[in-house]
Amino acid sequence: MIPLQELLILSGVLFAIGLIGAITRRNIIMILLSLEILLAAVNLAFVAFSYSLGDLAGQVVVFFVMIVAAAEVTVGLAIAVVLVRQFNKTEADDLRILRW
Amino acid sequence: MEQTSLLFYILSSFAIAGALGVIMARHPVYAVLSLVAALFSLSGIFLLLHAYFVAAIQVLVYAGAILVLFLFVVMLVDMAPERLFRLRTNMLNLGGALFGLVLLWEIVVAACFFTIAPPATGAGTEGTTAAVGALLFTRYALPFEVASLLLLAGIIGAIVLAKKRL
Repeated sequence: MIPLQELLILSGVLFAIGLIGAITRRNIIMILLSLEILLAAVNLAFVAFSYSLGDLAGQVVVFFVMIVAAAEVTVGLAIAVVLVRQFNKTEADDLRILRW
Repeated sequence: MEQTSLLFYILSSFAIAGALGVIMARHPVYAVLSLVAALFSLSGIFLLLHAYFVAAIQVLVYAGAILVLFLFVVMLVDMAPERLFRLRTNMLNLGGALFGLVLLWEIVVAACFFTIAPPATGAGTEGTTAAVGALLFTRYALPFEVASLLLLAGIIGAIVLAKKRL
Protein backbone atom coordinates (compact mmCIF):
# COMPACT_ATOMS: atom_id res chain seq x y z
CA MET A 1 0.00 0.00 0.00
CA ILE A 2 1.60 3.21 -1.18
CA PRO A 3 0.90 6.05 1.29
CA LEU A 4 -1.39 8.77 0.05
CA GLN A 5 0.99 11.50 1.20
CA GLU A 6 3.76 10.35 -1.12
CA LEU A 7 1.41 10.16 -4.09
CA LEU A 8 0.10 13.65 -3.38
CA ILE A 9 3.63 15.01 -3.03
CA LEU A 10 4.60 13.45 -6.37
CA SER A 11 1.51 14.99 -7.91
CA GLY A 12 2.40 18.37 -6.40
CA VAL A 13 5.97 18.15 -7.68
CA LEU A 14 4.76 17.39 -11.20
CA PHE A 15 2.20 20.21 -10.99
CA ALA A 16 4.86 22.71 -9.88
CA ILE A 17 7.20 21.61 -12.68
CA GLY A 18 4.43 22.03 -15.24
CA LEU A 19 3.50 25.44 -13.84
CA ILE A 20 7.10 26.63 -13.99
CA GLY A 21 7.26 25.46 -17.59
CA ALA A 22 4.01 27.19 -18.51
CA ILE A 23 5.23 30.46 -16.98
CA THR A 24 8.81 30.53 -18.19
CA ARG A 25 8.67 29.05 -21.67
CA ARG A 26 7.57 31.33 -24.46
CA ASN A 27 7.01 28.95 -27.34
CA ILE A 28 3.31 28.12 -27.57
CA ILE A 29 3.98 24.44 -28.24
CA MET A 30 6.12 24.26 -25.11
CA ILE A 31 3.34 25.96 -23.15
CA LEU A 32 0.88 23.33 -24.41
CA LEU A 33 3.30 20.57 -23.36
CA SER A 34 3.54 22.10 -19.88
CA LEU A 35 -0.25 22.12 -19.71
CA GLU A 36 -0.13 18.39 -20.44
CA ILE A 37 2.15 17.92 -17.42
CA LEU A 38 -0.32 19.86 -15.27
CA LEU A 39 -3.18 17.63 -16.41
CA ALA A 40 -1.14 14.48 -15.81
CA ALA A 41 -0.34 15.64 -12.26
CA VAL A 42 -4.02 16.20 -11.57
CA ASN A 43 -4.82 12.76 -13.00
CA LEU A 44 -2.33 11.23 -10.59
CA ALA A 45 -4.01 12.98 -7.66
CA PHE A 46 -7.41 11.67 -8.77
CA VAL A 47 -6.14 8.10 -9.09
CA ALA A 48 -4.40 8.38 -5.72
CA PHE A 49 -7.62 9.42 -4.00
CA SER A 50 -9.52 6.73 -5.87
CA TYR A 51 -6.99 4.19 -4.59
CA SER A 52 -7.01 5.25 -0.98
CA LEU A 53 -10.75 5.82 -0.73
CA GLY A 54 -11.65 2.62 -2.55
CA ASP A 55 -13.95 4.50 -4.90
CA LEU A 56 -13.79 4.15 -8.67
CA ALA A 57 -15.33 7.57 -9.35
CA GLY A 58 -11.88 9.17 -9.39
CA GLN A 59 -10.82 6.98 -12.29
CA VAL A 60 -13.95 7.96 -14.22
CA VAL A 61 -12.98 11.61 -13.69
CA VAL A 62 -9.52 10.83 -15.05
CA PHE A 63 -11.19 9.47 -18.17
CA PHE A 64 -13.04 12.76 -18.62
CA VAL A 65 -9.88 14.78 -17.99
CA MET A 66 -8.20 12.86 -20.77
CA ILE A 67 -11.09 13.65 -23.13
CA VAL A 68 -10.80 17.36 -22.28
CA ALA A 69 -7.03 17.18 -22.80
CA ALA A 70 -7.51 15.58 -26.21
CA ALA A 71 -9.94 18.29 -27.32
CA GLU A 72 -7.69 21.02 -25.92
CA VAL A 73 -4.62 19.67 -27.70
CA THR A 74 -6.48 19.29 -30.99
CA VAL A 75 -7.72 22.87 -31.04
CA GLY A 76 -4.54 24.31 -29.50
CA LEU A 77 -2.25 22.69 -32.05
CA ALA A 78 -4.58 23.74 -34.88
CA ILE A 79 -4.30 27.32 -33.61
CA ALA A 80 -0.50 26.95 -33.45
CA VAL A 81 -0.40 25.77 -37.07
CA VAL A 82 -2.61 28.67 -38.16
CA LEU A 83 -0.40 31.15 -36.30
CA VAL A 84 2.69 29.80 -38.00
CA ARG A 85 0.99 29.94 -41.40
CA GLN A 86 -0.37 33.45 -40.97
CA PHE A 87 2.37 35.24 -39.04
CA ASN A 88 5.28 32.78 -39.07
CA LYS A 89 5.54 33.21 -35.31
CA THR A 90 5.35 30.62 -32.56
CA GLU A 91 6.22 32.73 -29.54
CA ALA A 92 3.46 33.84 -27.26
CA ASP A 93 5.05 37.24 -26.63
CA ASP A 94 4.83 38.17 -30.29
CA LEU A 95 1.12 37.54 -30.55
CA ARG A 96 -0.51 40.75 -29.44
CA ILE A 97 -3.24 41.43 -31.96
CA LEU A 98 -6.70 40.02 -31.51
CA ARG A 99 -7.66 39.72 -35.18
CA TRP A 100 -6.48 37.87 -38.21
CA MET B 1 5.03 -4.71 -0.32
CA GLU B 2 8.66 -3.69 -0.35
CA GLN B 3 8.86 -4.25 -4.08
CA THR B 4 5.80 -2.09 -4.67
CA SER B 5 7.38 0.74 -2.71
CA LEU B 6 10.69 0.42 -4.53
CA LEU B 7 8.95 0.34 -7.91
CA PHE B 8 6.95 3.42 -6.94
CA TYR B 9 10.12 5.37 -6.11
CA ILE B 10 11.82 4.33 -9.34
CA LEU B 11 8.80 5.22 -11.47
CA SER B 12 8.23 8.53 -9.71
CA SER B 13 11.86 9.55 -10.18
CA PHE B 14 11.50 8.71 -13.88
CA ALA B 15 8.31 10.79 -14.03
CA ILE B 16 9.94 13.79 -12.35
CA ALA B 17 13.01 13.50 -14.57
CA GLY B 18 10.80 13.36 -17.65
CA ALA B 19 8.80 16.38 -16.56
CA LEU B 20 12.00 18.34 -15.89
CA GLY B 21 13.22 17.29 -19.32
CA VAL B 22 10.06 18.69 -20.87
CA ILE B 23 10.48 22.15 -19.43
CA MET B 24 14.24 22.32 -19.90
CA ALA B 25 14.64 20.80 -23.35
CA ARG B 26 15.83 23.24 -25.95
CA HIS B 27 14.16 21.61 -28.89
CA PRO B 28 10.44 20.70 -28.83
CA VAL B 29 11.07 17.21 -30.24
CA TYR B 30 13.15 16.31 -27.18
CA ALA B 31 10.50 17.86 -24.95
CA VAL B 32 7.77 15.73 -26.52
CA LEU B 33 9.86 12.58 -26.15
CA SER B 34 10.56 13.35 -22.47
CA LEU B 35 6.85 13.83 -21.95
CA VAL B 36 6.27 10.37 -23.46
CA ALA B 37 8.73 8.95 -20.93
CA ALA B 38 7.06 10.78 -18.04
CA LEU B 39 3.59 9.63 -19.07
CA PHE B 40 4.76 6.02 -19.41
CA SER B 41 6.15 6.18 -15.87
CA LEU B 42 2.88 7.66 -14.65
CA SER B 43 0.97 4.83 -16.27
CA GLY B 44 3.22 2.42 -14.40
CA ILE B 45 2.28 4.18 -11.17
CA PHE B 46 -1.39 3.83 -12.15
CA LEU B 47 -0.81 0.10 -12.50
CA LEU B 48 0.64 0.02 -8.99
CA LEU B 49 -2.53 1.77 -7.81
CA HIS B 50 -4.73 -0.93 -9.40
CA ALA B 51 -6.04 1.51 -12.01
CA TYR B 52 -5.56 -0.81 -14.97
CA PHE B 53 -8.04 0.82 -17.32
CA VAL B 54 -6.65 4.31 -16.72
CA ALA B 55 -3.10 3.04 -17.24
CA ALA B 56 -4.02 1.48 -20.59
CA ILE B 57 -5.89 4.61 -21.67
CA GLN B 58 -2.92 6.74 -20.65
CA VAL B 59 -0.61 4.78 -22.92
CA LEU B 60 -3.07 4.52 -25.81
CA VAL B 61 -4.51 8.02 -25.79
CA TYR B 62 -1.71 10.17 -24.40
CA ALA B 63 1.42 8.50 -25.65
CA GLY B 64 -0.24 6.99 -28.69
CA ALA B 65 -2.41 9.78 -30.02
CA ILE B 66 -1.89 13.15 -28.36
CA LEU B 67 1.88 13.11 -28.35
CA VAL B 68 2.04 11.80 -31.90
CA LEU B 69 -0.08 14.81 -32.80
CA PHE B 70 2.40 17.02 -30.94
CA LEU B 71 5.34 15.47 -32.78
CA PHE B 72 3.54 15.86 -36.08
CA VAL B 73 2.91 19.56 -35.49
CA VAL B 74 6.43 20.19 -34.18
CA MET B 75 7.86 18.68 -37.34
CA LEU B 76 5.31 20.41 -39.58
CA VAL B 77 5.96 23.84 -38.11
CA ASP B 78 9.75 23.63 -38.44
CA MET B 79 10.73 26.35 -35.99
CA ALA B 80 14.04 28.07 -36.29
CA PRO B 81 16.29 26.68 -33.53
CA GLU B 82 17.69 29.97 -32.29
CA ARG B 83 14.23 31.27 -31.53
CA LEU B 84 13.65 28.19 -29.43
CA PHE B 85 16.72 28.71 -27.33
CA ARG B 86 15.75 32.19 -26.24
CA LEU B 87 13.93 32.09 -22.94
CA ARG B 88 12.29 35.05 -21.34
CA THR B 89 14.32 37.58 -19.45
CA ASN B 90 16.04 36.36 -16.32
CA MET B 91 13.62 38.35 -14.22
CA LEU B 92 10.60 36.49 -15.47
CA ASN B 93 12.41 33.15 -15.33
CA LEU B 94 13.28 33.74 -11.72
CA GLY B 95 9.76 34.88 -10.91
CA GLY B 96 8.24 31.81 -12.53
CA ALA B 97 10.59 29.45 -10.75
CA LEU B 98 9.96 31.19 -7.44
CA PHE B 99 6.20 31.08 -7.93
CA GLY B 100 6.32 27.40 -8.80
CA LEU B 101 8.53 26.56 -5.82
CA VAL B 102 6.26 28.45 -3.41
CA LEU B 103 3.30 26.53 -4.79
CA LEU B 104 5.25 23.28 -4.43
CA TRP B 105 6.01 24.13 -0.80
CA GLU B 106 2.36 24.82 -0.12
CA ILE B 107 1.29 21.56 -1.72
CA VAL B 108 3.88 19.53 0.16
CA VAL B 109 2.90 21.07 3.49
CA ALA B 110 -0.78 20.53 2.75
CA ALA B 111 -0.14 16.92 1.74
CA CYS B 112 1.95 16.18 4.82
CA PHE B 113 -0.77 17.34 7.18
CA PHE B 114 -3.49 15.72 5.15
CA THR B 115 -5.24 12.83 6.80
CA ILE B 116 -8.04 10.83 5.38
CA ALA B 117 -10.46 8.33 6.78
CA PRO B 118 -9.02 4.83 6.52
CA PRO B 119 -10.06 3.19 3.28
CA ALA B 120 -13.03 0.91 3.25
CA THR B 121 -10.84 -1.74 1.59
CA GLY B 122 -14.00 -3.24 0.19
CA ALA B 123 -14.49 -4.78 -3.20
CA GLY B 124 -14.69 -2.62 -6.29
CA THR B 125 -11.38 -0.81 -5.90
CA GLU B 126 -9.81 -2.68 -8.79
CA GLY B 127 -10.02 -0.33 -11.75
CA THR B 128 -10.56 -2.94 -14.41
CA THR B 129 -12.14 -2.06 -17.73
CA ALA B 130 -15.34 -3.86 -16.73
CA ALA B 131 -15.68 -2.00 -13.44
CA VAL B 132 -14.88 1.46 -14.83
CA GLY B 133 -17.00 0.82 -17.91
CA ALA B 134 -19.98 -0.25 -15.82
CA LEU B 135 -19.70 2.95 -13.81
CA LEU B 136 -19.23 5.00 -16.97
CA PHE B 137 -22.39 3.74 -18.62
CA THR B 138 -24.66 3.86 -15.59
CA ARG B 139 -23.91 6.63 -13.12
CA TYR B 140 -21.84 8.79 -15.45
CA ALA B 141 -23.77 8.23 -18.67
CA LEU B 142 -24.74 11.88 -19.08
CA PRO B 143 -21.19 13.26 -18.63
CA PHE B 144 -20.05 10.60 -21.08
CA GLU B 145 -22.44 11.87 -23.73
CA VAL B 146 -21.49 15.49 -23.02
CA ALA B 147 -17.85 14.49 -23.44
CA SER B 148 -18.61 13.10 -26.88
CA LEU B 149 -20.19 16.45 -27.74
CA LEU B 150 -17.01 18.18 -26.57
CA LEU B 151 -14.92 15.94 -28.81
CA LEU B 152 -17.22 16.73 -31.73
CA ALA B 153 -16.74 20.46 -31.05
CA GLY B 154 -12.98 19.90 -30.96
CA ILE B 155 -13.03 18.09 -34.30
CA ILE B 156 -15.10 20.82 -35.94
CA GLY B 157 -12.86 23.51 -34.48
CA ALA B 158 -9.74 21.82 -35.81
CA ILE B 159 -11.28 21.44 -39.28
CA VAL B 160 -12.38 25.08 -39.38
CA LEU B 161 -8.94 26.25 -38.24
CA ALA B 162 -7.18 24.05 -40.78
CA LYS B 163 -9.07 25.48 -43.73
CA LYS B 164 -7.01 27.28 -46.33
CA ARG B 165 -8.82 30.58 -46.02
CA LEU B 166 -10.10 31.59 -42.65
